[in-house]
Amino acid sequence: MADFLSMGGYGAYLWPSYAVFVIVLAIDALAPRWRRKRVLGEIRGRLKRREARGATP
Amino acid sequence: MNRLTLWFHRIGSPPTFYRIAGALAPWCFGVAIVLGAVALYGGLVVAPRDYQQGDAYRIIFVHVPCAWMSLFAYIFLAVNAFIALVWRIKLSEVLAMASAPIGAAFTFITLVSGSLWGKPMWGTYWTWDARLTSELVLLFLYLGVIGLHHAIEDRRQAARAASFLALIGIVNVPIVHFSVNWWNTLHQGSTVRLMGESHITGDMVWPLLVMALATHIWFFGSLFARARVGLLELEGGKDWAREIALADVARETTVAAHG
Repeated sequence: MADFLSMGGYGAYLWPSYAVFVIVLAIDALAPRWRRKRVLGEIRGRLKRREARGATP
Repeated sequence: MNRLTLWFHRIGSPPTFYRIAGALAPWCFGVAIVLGAVALYGGLVVAPRDYQQGDAYRIIFVHVPCAWMSLFAYIFLAVNAFIALVWRIKLSEVLAMASAPIGAAFTFITLVSGSLWGKPMWGTYWTWDARLTSELVLLFLYLGVIGLHHAIEDRRQAARAASFLALIGIVNVPIVHFSVNWWNTLHQGSTVRLMGESHITGDMVWPLLVMALATHIWFFGSLFARARVGLLELEGGKDWAREIALADVARETTVAAHG
């Protein structure tokens, strides 16, 4: 196991590059979820303001 | 209108595309993660050690697929930017703008993993070699497209301005690709070739190709998820988008009530 992690002495370069790959792609998958929440909230906010003004939607 | 154009218009209508993309995106992510895990196992465990670079060469299994994706995403961006500018198709504007951050992510991974590979092999994290410099310019182009899209208030004008920038930037794509042939670079030439024999053994090449497939599928998963949000943002005043916004809050309150 320790042998596998050391990667012939190159572990210090190899593992960070794999970590960046996984972390950046995880953020790439999560970012649209966060933005979706914000956009849907904005649409609801606009609807609410319109109702408050008493206009027909 | 013939049947194909009709079909195309139906797919391209925002609510329809929203629905189809929503059905496809989780499958893309799921398949990409499974294939990616298989490729990582192949690359880290099955593939033999390189006689010259030892285990450091294993960075290739993330570096090269991401580098291919950085160009693939840009070509996808430019094609959609062209369609958006010429035919003013709303969906193409959304797809173009959705592909820019994904391309930027892959370009970033390419640069970081490449520099982590360069340190033990070349003795430096960075050098102003043609391949590295043009890939960095590619990242700046992506960031420029994203920045311009955010800087303009009107969403459709913003998408068209950013599309125009993306089209100018397409000159950089062949420069990145052919830089290792045109200039005498520190970066090595192509290892895997479509035509002719690859300079790599089978045990090393299959994890690379599986990872390339996984990243392509991932791109479309992320693209669909991002395009859905882009369509909601663009069509926020339309009934279909309002229904989704209201249904979303209804679902959240049900989840909260049932704990």
